[in-house]
Amino acid sequence: MSAAPRAPSGNDGALALSGVTRRFGDYTAVDDISFEVGRGELLALVGASGSGKTTTLRIAAGYEVPDAGSVTLGGADITSVPPERRGFGMVFQHYALFPHMSVAHNIAFGLEARGVNKTERVEKAREALAAVGLKDAGDRAIQSLSGGEQQRVALARAMVIEPRALLLDEPLSNLDPTLRQTMRDDLRAMLRRVGVPALFVTHDQEDAFAISDRIALLRMGRLLQCGTPEELYHRPVSREVASFIGRGTILPAVDNGETASITIGGRATDVPVVRADGAAPRLEHAYVVLRPDALKLTNEDDPRGWRGSILNRRFAGGTVMYRVQLADGVTVEVESSSGSAREGDAVAVTSSGERFPLVPR
Amino acid sequence: MLLLLWTVVYPNVSVIVGSFENGLEHWREFAASPADREALRTSLVISVASVLASLAIGVPLAFLLGRFEFPGRRLLRAVATLPAALPPLVGVIAFLFLYGESGVVTRSVERVLGMAEAPWRLRGVSAIVFVHAYTMYVYVFLFVSAGLERFDATLDEAASGLGANTWQRLRRVTLPLLMPAVAGSMLLVFMNSLGSFSAPYVFGGGLRVLSTQILASKINGAMGLAYVETTVLALSAVAGLLLFRWIDRKRKYTLAAKGGRTRRAIKSKRAQVLTAIAAALVVITLVLPHLMVILVSFARDGVWTTQVLPPEYTLENYRRLFSEPELWRPITNSVSMALVATAANVVVCFLAAYLIVFRKFSGRRLLELLVALPWAIPATAIALGLAATFNQNDLLTGRVLLVGTFWILPLAYFIRDIPLVASAVEGSLRQMDPSLEDAARGLGASWMLTMRRVILPAARPGLVAGALLAAVTAVGEFVASVVLYTHANRPISMEILAQLRALAFGTAAAYSVLLIFLVLLMTLAARSFEERLA
Repeated sequence: MSAAPRAPSGNDGALALSGVTRRFGDYTAVDDISFEVGRGELLALVGASGSGKTTTLRIAAGYEVPDAGSVTLGGADITSVPPERRGFGMVFQHYALFPHMSVAHNIAFGLEARGVNKTERVEKAREALAAVGLKDAGDRAIQSLSGGEQQRVALARAMVIEPRALLLDEPLSNLDPTLRQTMRDDLRAMLRRVGVPALFVTHDQEDAFAISDRIALLRMGRLLQCGTPEELYHRPVSREVASFIGRGTILPAVDNGETASITIGGRATDVPVVRADGAAPRLEHAYVVLRPDALKLTNEDDPRGWRGSILNRRFAGGTVMYRVQLADGVTVEVESSSGSAREGDAVAVTSSGERFPLVPR
Repeated sequence: MLLLLWTVVYPNVSVIVGSFENGLEHWREFAASPADREALRTSLVISVASVLASLAIGVPLAFLLGRFEFPGRRLLRAVATLPAALPPLVGVIAFLFLYGESGVVTRSVERVLGMAEAPWRLRGVSAIVFVHAYTMYVYVFLFVSAGLERFDATLDEAASGLGANTWQRLRRVTLPLLMPAVAGSMLLVFMNSLGSFSAPYVFGGGLRVLSTQILASKINGAMGLAYVETTVLALSAVAGLLLFRWIDRKRKYTLAAKGGRTRRAIKSKRAQVLTAIAAALVVITLVLPHLMVILVSFARDGVWTTQVLPPEYTLENYRRLFSEPELWRPITNSVSMALVATAANVVVCFLAAYLIVFRKFSGRRLLELLVALPWAIPATAIALGLAATFNQNDLLTGRVLLVGTFWILPLAYFIRDIPLVASAVEGSLRQMDPSLEDAARGLGASWMLTMRRVILPAARPGLVAGALLAAVTAVGEFVASVVLYTHANRPISMEILAQLRALAFGTAAAYSVLLIFLVLLMTLAARSFEERLA
């Protein structure tokens, strides 16, 4: 099921897709997807490859025309408006910078296409370059830029035309990990400043968590859930969402309303649960998601705990991640601030007090 | 390397030296001769016009086939490169049969319109450019098609996302990025037109171009003048080469192989019908020369005079070809000479390419230059160089007297095809990871074993493709042959010309069909060889 789309907000410049479907032959790449991105909002389209996220972005950009459904901007239907008349800024995965033009000419190209005179073009291209922190790079050749610089030029090129929406296809996937961390913050700040709807595609949920206000999670062309990163993490609407977002062990459970009972090693335990907004009050086939941060290690003989032994210990900066083997072949991950336990130690695992997400099959 | 110096450079040097044998006298003679000045001008005019005509056909065709889906696309794609399969002289003959004064198309138009005489004459510059455009647009088409295929479709999308309309995208993004491919093909057409011999020879009438002037001077015994003319022709070619290098100078980028654009279907019904009709017309035009040669090969010699189509058909032409030793001789000549030349090409070019790609030594740049040089020198010039060099008992030629023997033609073919085979092998070797050779040696493999098990397999695709191209050009070679042949070693192309002069159209066409058949046979052989190994 998908989150209910918010009511179209009329003329505030929001970008909305409703009921959008795109088929390639027998294959349905995008299946009845609806969501809305408001001005200044950053929405991430997240999914594995083949989930339809790029096709959705291309429909928003106008490179694909949907077989059903509509795309609107500020309430106006733009479903079949070609990309050159949409006035959107797009950043491509491999940046698609014109190799035969200098940096400045690349950035000024959109203005040239709009018939802006040369002095103004030069002036605006300079401003745009300064805005992405590449003030002196105007005369350089595209081939001489590093990956991070190319990304900034692509962004400047998309922003200089004063776009009505910004669309980014895997903007960080070509950067090395260190650069990626800093670019996340920069990107978020720059997109905020432009103040238009921004839609970006990523397969990396950490990127999505770091940059976006809301996440639309796609799988096999369908929208699984659309909401804030916290919503997707703490209140997933389905098992699929819970297994894609964040880490955790998913176990079958008996739904008791406020709590649910899970059975490990022949012993049933009641745990406090939380369910997604609008979910059924009682689920026939329920599952509990045991997140590492909602579990803790206790003494081996703690009566409330599930007994097990530590398979693996991994230092993760401020905390330590333990992989613990419980009974019945169940393994869970536990995040702990103390790292005193060692591999092979006998321990018990209990709830840290937080409520566990409860999801239907 | 010495072998290359001896065969590639020395003959050209002797031509240049020969042009100065009486001081500047031959050069003054050249400068004073109105015929030669006209020849130089005509050569250049024809070459430029051929380039423009080939562009006008090749570029739109590449875009149409590369970017659009329409009824008949597959058929058109299949026949688009057909003209390249015609040996040069055969194409010329086919045009003669079709569009010449007594050609089928000419006669048909004449009859339909009730005209008293032929509506056009297949003579002069326009006729030559017409034939060139037909045979050489294939270069433009292939280069631009390859460029379009490698073209990164997201660049076009990026431009449209930035608000550029179709025309702006074409002018500012697509065409500039295709420029390297376009320039490369223009250069090829230019060089080929400049050195072209068959079309001017057959259709020239009173027209003079440099390549035919050279032969005329040689036949008249004015060797000094021939040397000057050859030098001028070669210099024009080199000038052309430098000019195109200069045009393409600023390029620092390459097209990354990404492609991935789907062809757009032509939507409107009217446009669909129009493209289909246009495609059908193009297909017919492209196939007609081949069909015509086949048809005429069954025509009885000497009875086709004023009729639209030959009136009588017979198998006699082929029967005579296979039964009369005098007529069979050119076929064995061509095949054996092509085989010898190709074998030499394979060995020498493989070694040269291996050295260029894997060995760092001081003469490497020189070797690269030597291997590429024959490409910049028109075939007539190469042939004249050989004629000048190997006809005297000289210490520098190793006291080898080749002119008038069997070996002179294979040598000419060998030199002409060096760049072709070497670049094909080089291309294959460059795709191989150079550390593979080190790895093999590190595992204790001897140089021979490394060669046999690592290098040769890597070079194989290029070697096969290069050998095929070399064999195909050698078996139908005309331009160098016409300068160097003797009666005993005359190749098929010379025999075709002789039969044509004797107005034995049927026999000439039968030879042509046989030549096309040989080309086809070699292509299939190379393909099955490659498939069996791969």
